[in-house]
Amino acid sequence: MSAARPAETVLAVTGLCLRRGTREILRGVDLTADAGEVVALMGLSGSGKTTILRVVAGLERADAGQVAAAKTGMVFQFHFLFEHLSALENVMLAPVHVQRCPRADAERRARQLLEQLGVGHRCGALPRELSGGEAQRVSIARALAVDPPLLLLDEPTASLDPARRHDLGDALARLAATGRTLVLTSHDDDFVREHATRVLVLSEGRVVEQGDPREVIARPQHPATRELLQVERARQRA
Amino acid sequence: MSHDDRLRSRPRDERRGTFGLTALLALILAALPAAAQERAPAPELVWGGDAEGGAPYVEADADDPTRVVGFDVEIAELVARRSGRTARFVQVAYGSLDQSARRGDFDLALSGIEDIPARRAELAASIPYYEFQEQLTVRAADGSRFRTLADLRGRKVATLGGTMAYDLLLEAESAHGLTAVSYDDDVHPYSDLLLGRVDAVLLDNVLAERAMRRHAGLVTQPGSAAAGHYIIISAPGNTAFMAQVDDILRTAMADGTLEAIFRRWKVWNDDQPPLFARLLADAGAAAGAGTGGPAPATSAGEAAWRYLPSLLRAAGITLALSCAAMLLAIVLGAAVAIGRVYGGPLLAALLTAWVELVRGTPVLLQLFVIYYGLASVVRLPAYLAALLGLGLNYAAYESEVYRSALESVPRGQLDAAASLGFSRGQALRLVRAPQAFRLALAPMTNDFVAMLKDSSLVSVLTVVELTKQTQIYATNIGSWVVPGLLCAGLYLAMSLPLGHLARRLEARWRSPAS
Repeated sequence: MSAARPAETVLAVTGLCLRRGTREILRGVDLTADAGEVVALMGLSGSGKTTILRVVAGLERADAGQVAAAKTGMVFQFHFLFEHLSALENVMLAPVHVQRCPRADAERRARQLLEQLGVGHRCGALPRELSGGEAQRVSIARALAVDPPLLLLDEPTASLDPARRHDLGDALARLAATGRTLVLTSHDDDFVREHATRVLVLSEGRVVEQGDPREVIARPQHPATRELLQVERARQRA
Repeated sequence: MSHDDRLRSRPRDERRGTFGLTALLALILAALPAAAQERAPAPELVWGGDAEGGAPYVEADADDPTRVVGFDVEIAELVARRSGRTARFVQVAYGSLDQSARRGDFDLALSGIEDIPARRAELAASIPYYEFQEQLTVRAADGSRFRTLADLRGRKVATLGGTMAYDLLLEAESAHGLTAVSYDDDVHPYSDLLLGRVDAVLLDNVLAERAMRRHAGLVTQPGSAAAGHYIIISAPGNTAFMAQVDDILRTAMADGTLEAIFRRWKVWNDDQPPLFARLLADAGAAAGAGTGGPAPATSAGEAAWRYLPSLLRAAGITLALSCAAMLLAIVLGAAVAIGRVYGGPLLAALLTAWVELVRGTPVLLQLFVIYYGLASVVRLPAYLAALLGLGLNYAAYESEVYRSALESVPRGQLDAAASLGFSRGQALRLVRAPQAFRLALAPMTNDFVAMLKDSSLVSVLTVVELTKQTQIYATNIGSWVVPGLLCAGLYLAMSLPLGHLARRLEARWRSPAS
């Protein structure tokens, strides 16, 4: 095509299949994401959301299908900060050892990132001394330290109270505004509706519905989406 | 009890004669109600000796291993007979005879026990019954170059620890610049001489002659480095009984019984008649005034002061050996652990088999195999063999500690490292190993403290470390109290700071980083 594309494709996943033993986790998933997009993956537990992120991050190998991804950063649900290092050292480790940045540069950039994410005052703290929200922001800083165009976030809202959830949404919006692509998994339809630019609904290892979050959440087409939203509403009421 | 009668009696007649005497004595005792409380039909004379490699002193009878034979056995039986008792032998390790005597484990002990002032000061001791010469044995090829201790500058000379010969060698260390090597037994000095691990052996003529019969290729130099005597010992305060033993020995010297025993065991020589003559001439003089000279009147404090430098040096050896062996164990253990965690199934199985083999067999056996067993293939110096033995043994334990520590690091930590682009090697070096090390620190500290103490086992390879030096010291002064306390203090001085350091490190990792 000769026409200029509105945005560069940062992630292109086609026909992804993955089996664990006899269980089929992914049964042919297609997914693309362009620069500046915030893509949310929704689905009941076991639908394959997290597995997609792990395959894209290179932590698992798919049995079939292709993944074309730019350099990727990953923010884990349970953060997995390096327990023996301070917040600052966690953020500096990859720039120093993978990118071979001079220590001083890596430290300056790490402090800057932690500052931007609102945890600049926790540089010297060890992971076990951080609150859930602080650990998540350090974890985001660690993933951003190697400057990946694509950032994957697994259940980023799971451990946050509503106020923190709002702060996270703002932080993600700022990242997207700088041209970064975000792919996240979430159970929280309010968060997805407010902060995602596109949503994909997964059920039993397949994408069953996708589109504008407002549209999909207001008028779910697929039975699996309706079930998912019912479960979510029930949980929020409880 | 006619003295003349005994002078005429021949050894083989003795049993009958003593039997009559015993019977008569038993009749008299039975007739006396006051003595009836001690009535034992044949009172036993319990005597201690070391039958391990003990020919011609005390050894298990080849025809009946429950019995012991040797010239010391015959002398013990002679003393028993002539004091109206039946001899019963108890096995006591040579190095423990003095302590055992002090505890009163037996009535008396003979096993080629040397007459040294400290022994005479601490225990009841008999007059000497045999004179020996300290003789230098060398390989036949060195016969013309190593004639005396003075020819052995820079060489290693072996002997049995805690003996007069060992003290002579310690003096020769400063006088002639040789190195004294102490063994726990009197067999391995000669076999190591043949292997070239040492260049000479200084031991008494009885042991030297026995070694010459066992090994070809050795020569014993004619001169004597010093003369010494064998004595019988008993618990301190047992002087009345010792006076009786002295009488029995003198009588046996006078009537030829002792000579007959020594001739039977081929240890009679020209040194004995003058000794016997002198002792018989001394009869009537103060009991126990042998040739050992007066006992040194050193206090425990003085003795401690005198031995402290050698104990400190030995503690240095213990510490250096333990540190070096631990370093080897850590490096090798880490390599084995990484091989088992990251390697293929074949490598992991081989390494596991090695770990089980090493953990499942005694370290003492491993030390013996490395030092003596491999001697025909590779002649390792004692310190190197000790280092390898301890290091290889502990490497097996360390590898288990590290393997389980590596496997305890949560999977998520490795996922996080992989997602940041670290290679497997980087993830191990930067994330997994540092975290595993924190988990392994407490068991490692434990192992190091155990190593400090296990290093005492290497004394079987002639390495004089802290425990061995303490044993030598205790044997020389005839008491375990001060040496034992000093030794314990030195071990604690090494292990306590280590534990303290480990706890501080752990505390630092637990609390906020600075």
